[in-house]
Amino acid sequence: MAKKKTGVEKETLGKVLRYVRRHSGWLVVSLVMAALSVAGALYLPVLTGRAVDCIIRAGEVNFTSIKDILRQMGLLILLTAAVQWVMNVCNNRITYDVVRDLREDAFKRIEELPLKYLDSHQPGEIVSRVIADADQFADGLLMGFTQLFTGVLTIVGTLGFMLSVNLWITLVVVLVTPVSFFVAGFIAKRTYKMFRLQSETRGEQTALVEEVIGSQKVVQAFGHGAFEQDKFDEINGRLQKYSLQAVFFSSLTNPCTRFVNSLVYTGVALTGAMLAISGSLSVGQLTCLLSYANQYTKPFNEISGVVTELQNALACAGRLIELIEEEPQKPDAPDARVLADASGRVSLEHVDFSYVPERPLIEDFSLKVQPGQRVALVGPTGCGKTTMINLLMRFYDVDSGKICVDGTDIRQITRKSLRGNYGMVLQDTWLKSGTIRENICMGRPDASEEEMIEAAKASHAHSFILRLPQGYDTVIGEDGGSLSQGQKQLLCITRVMLCLPPMLILDEATSSIDTRTEIRIQKAFARMMRGRTSFIVAHRLSTIREADVILVMRDGHIVEQGDHEELLAQNGFYAELYNSQFSA
Amino acid sequence: MRKILTYLKSYKKECVLAPLFKLLEATFELFVPLVVAAIVDTGIARGDTGYILRMCGIMILLGVIGLACSVTAQYFAARAAVGFSTKLRHELFAHIQGLSFTELDQAGTSTMITRMTNDVNQVQSGVNLVLRLFMRSPFIVFGAMAMAFTIDVKAAMVFVVTIPLLSVVVFGVMLISIPLYRRVQNALDQVLGKTRENLTGARVIRAFHREEEEIDEFERRNGVLNSLQRFVGKLSGLMNPLTFIIINMAIVVLIYVGGVQVDTGVITQGEVVALVNYMSQILVELVKLANLIITVTKAVACGNRIGQMLEVQSSQKDGKEAFTESGTPEDYIVFEHAQLTYAGSSVPALADLNLRVKQGQTIGVIGGTGSGKTSFVHLLPRFYDTTAGSVRIGGRDVKDYRIEELRRRIGIVMQKAVLFHGTIRENLLWGNENATEEELWAALDTAQARNVVESKTLGLDEPVGQGGGNFSGGQRQRLTIARALVRRPDILILDDSASALDYATDAALRKAIRGMSGGMTVFIVSQRTSSIQHADQIVVLDDGRMVGLGTHDELLEGCEIYREIYESQYRKEGA
Repeated sequence: MAKKKTGVEKETLGKVLRYVRRHSGWLVVSLVMAALSVAGALYLPVLTGRAVDCIIRAGEVNFTSIKDILRQMGLLILLTAAVQWVMNVCNNRITYDVVRDLREDAFKRIEELPLKYLDSHQPGEIVSRVIADADQFADGLLMGFTQLFTGVLTIVGTLGFMLSVNLWITLVVVLVTPVSFFVAGFIAKRTYKMFRLQSETRGEQTALVEEVIGSQKVVQAFGHGAFEQDKFDEINGRLQKYSLQAVFFSSLTNPCTRFVNSLVYTGVALTGAMLAISGSLSVGQLTCLLSYANQYTKPFNEISGVVTELQNALACAGRLIELIEEEPQKPDAPDARVLADASGRVSLEHVDFSYVPERPLIEDFSLKVQPGQRVALVGPTGCGKTTMINLLMRFYDVDSGKICVDGTDIRQITRKSLRGNYGMVLQDTWLKSGTIRENICMGRPDASEEEMIEAAKASHAHSFILRLPQGYDTVIGEDGGSLSQGQKQLLCITRVMLCLPPMLILDEATSSIDTRTEIRIQKAFARMMRGRTSFIVAHRLSTIREADVILVMRDGHIVEQGDHEELLAQNGFYAELYNSQFSA
Repeated sequence: MRKILTYLKSYKKECVLAPLFKLLEATFELFVPLVVAAIVDTGIARGDTGYILRMCGIMILLGVIGLACSVTAQYFAARAAVGFSTKLRHELFAHIQGLSFTELDQAGTSTMITRMTNDVNQVQSGVNLVLRLFMRSPFIVFGAMAMAFTIDVKAAMVFVVTIPLLSVVVFGVMLISIPLYRRVQNALDQVLGKTRENLTGARVIRAFHREEEEIDEFERRNGVLNSLQRFVGKLSGLMNPLTFIIINMAIVVLIYVGGVQVDTGVITQGEVVALVNYMSQILVELVKLANLIITVTKAVACGNRIGQMLEVQSSQKDGKEAFTESGTPEDYIVFEHAQLTYAGSSVPALADLNLRVKQGQTIGVIGGTGSGKTSFVHLLPRFYDTTAGSVRIGGRDVKDYRIEELRRRIGIVMQKAVLFHGTIRENLLWGNENATEEELWAALDTAQARNVVESKTLGLDEPVGQGGGNFSGGQRQRLTIARALVRRPDILILDDSASALDYATDAALRKAIRGMSGGMTVFIVSQRTSSIQHADQIVVLDDGRMVGLGTHDELLEGCEIYREIYESQYRKEGA
């Protein structure tokens, strides 16, 4: 299991590195700068030590060499700082560019993913991969770049410098430092359980809060507040206990490692002082070693943090890359035809389709629609009327059989031109954030002002648009913002009205619209349908009766097919539906 | 913020002791460079091994005492912070339970949840950090300077110059980059918006084949984000090199000044080493302080939001009267010039409503979306109070009753069928905790929900997932109706609660409710005329006004809007 996991990690790492490689120039600069800055930072204490050695006692201060050393120090400081800055800039650049590339690839893939994938995944979950996971990854990567490499170099460098100064002291440092690891590891292991308990209890509490506050009105209507408060307080009490343990024990790490560090420091001071007495070490060298002792333990603590951070970052990158590598929809056939101005002849021949193989939905279904005919889809809510829309628009491909427009299998037509021949108004009145104008002209960005206004007038949207604060340039928020459901629907109709393609797909949903608006929408629909092949998810009797073909659907299946009179005569499901819903 | 800090009151002792022990620890830390100086000047200079051993013993002792102080401080800080947040959460939860619907609408569900979870956690870690570090870091910085003064005034002047300079750089970079980070966040939100939009609107975008344009737009927004990030990175990347320069240049100056002072015999070599050590201590603490300030700023912002939430007072005053029926059954419920204007709105949602309801009548309420149907029935259980006029039940203004008692007499089924995590039984008992098994089944029968329960393997003890996710819309609706019926209310309100039921079930439900004993008064809100046409009185609402009142036949005759609604649903045209 663990082995498998590291395998996946390695694979992800490889893919991430492929993104990093595009910026290998910057990477090389960054690494060189890191090495230089570490070298500079480590050489500085050596110079400090030398300077201290020039200051012995009153009258024994060698100012000429001090000035010389100090000049060297100043130069080194400025150089190191400059190198540090260049390194920071490089790291930032690499990280943010890699994340930008990843996000861009992810978004491009989203645009190409089959609807099947999008329908079966929560938008929030995909968004969190593109946004939160990418951000986490960026943080981890940046930390890795800035701290991992410099950390390792610092440790190695410090050891080298210490060795060059004195072997014994180096041994003391190397032997005592691991203690700090043990302490930190010991605490981490102990606190892990406490943190898990804390987060479990916190989760339990959040679930209760979401439920109770989310339905606060029902809670109050039933006077259930006191009961819920007791439940809440019980969880709250447990949370207090677990949090106290987790917070306290985890906060021990710092004091404890600091204590171990002070042991290292004392060890260096002791051995150093003894060596100084014996004359094999100068006071300046001791100063230098003491400052190394201070520095030496720090990267160790940092690196263990960075490693967990990096693992986390890799997991995040893994989720993002998984999305990027998701199988896209089948590209258009190379010889696919561009469908210009279809006549509107649609035929379905022996179509089989199902979302999951175990549950066949549409089986051996055939239908011929002549140009200008109206097809009504009828059935109770949730019976799968959208399935037909999915197939006609080629959001999904049929499993077998074929759907033809003007005699050509739609799989032999470019998606772009096929969809361009349909005008679609869905029950879900989706609008993009932007101006009203942008939304209306979505299908025809080149439309003139006059054409746009004409379309809006035809769909009875013009008057309400004019009443908006900035008219056609009013910016609406994500998903329509403050517009009413009816207004949104009118805009969706206007959007199609402007293109007026030869075929229409309309979801006549009006459940959330008041009667008056509904009548206006109805008129707009009627005007659009004139002379166009239309597929209508119909709720209104008038639409259904006027349709040339009625498809009656139930539980995803097409159970009956015919015109109104024929279906009534069959006295089947349609007749039942008709009698229960439409007769008083 | 000040308001919520009062919840720290019961942790006064901890709030004093935690920083105190931290200061003790810091004090011991400040002694270390002095001990090292002594080792150099006395121990090494005289070759006194015993002295060096003693001094090292002192250093270890300082470390042990420091550790003990620090652990004590951490404990008190954790106790205060965790206790404080526990209390705050309790208080918030209780406070929200006491708010009226008006305030709940204004606050918004997600905001309240964020306050209770994320914001409280932020404040907790803020309090914890402040107790631990807020005193310590400045103390070390100024302590180091003070120690420098005890060594040599002239050398200490280097500290006097360096500390403000460092502060300016550390806090300056922070001050400049914080607003920039906010801009980065905005840019990220733009990228997020585009992504979400393309997921929710995938069908429309593909229908209009706008994929290329969407990708271009995404790349543009992503590019803006990238260049902002790089810019901020360049700026905040300055912090380390700049502080590096200042501290090390200060050390250079210190060595020179120290050299001069040693040369004239004012200080010793070991003291120069101590001065250099003090300088290094400062930098670490200043950076800690800067990070602390970021956390604290966040915590204060969260604390203020929580404080605002706690300051919201319920706009409803509870009545004093018990629920007794003193009026005549003829005038059981009376709306008199009732008007309701929601807070923050200038247009009344309901205006000048007049209605007299006899005990036991069934009232139908119909009208288009936004016509005020739900607002109308929400006046009865005082979910909202009339802004003018009055609503009387049983001869008394609803505002005179104790709210809890009033609501106990009313069973309401809301538009959104909400069930709670637990079992079916637990959900039904919300209506009346003392209901017997038979009463539960009777309510289920009336609500046409018997088969819902019987189809489940565990029957009444079938678990209900959060939000009732394991039941279909229609099943949930029938269970919520049963929940309202379990309390055998005097007044039953069905707010469009049969929308997910088919015609036959809807009809059976209405018949069963009519057949219930006890003369229950029923309000049925619906968009379907079939649901209300048999009501004793039908209220037709349009834009918050009553435009028709009467029986089905009367309204067909005299109310144009009612006729319009009826015909849109029953029209037999086309022939």
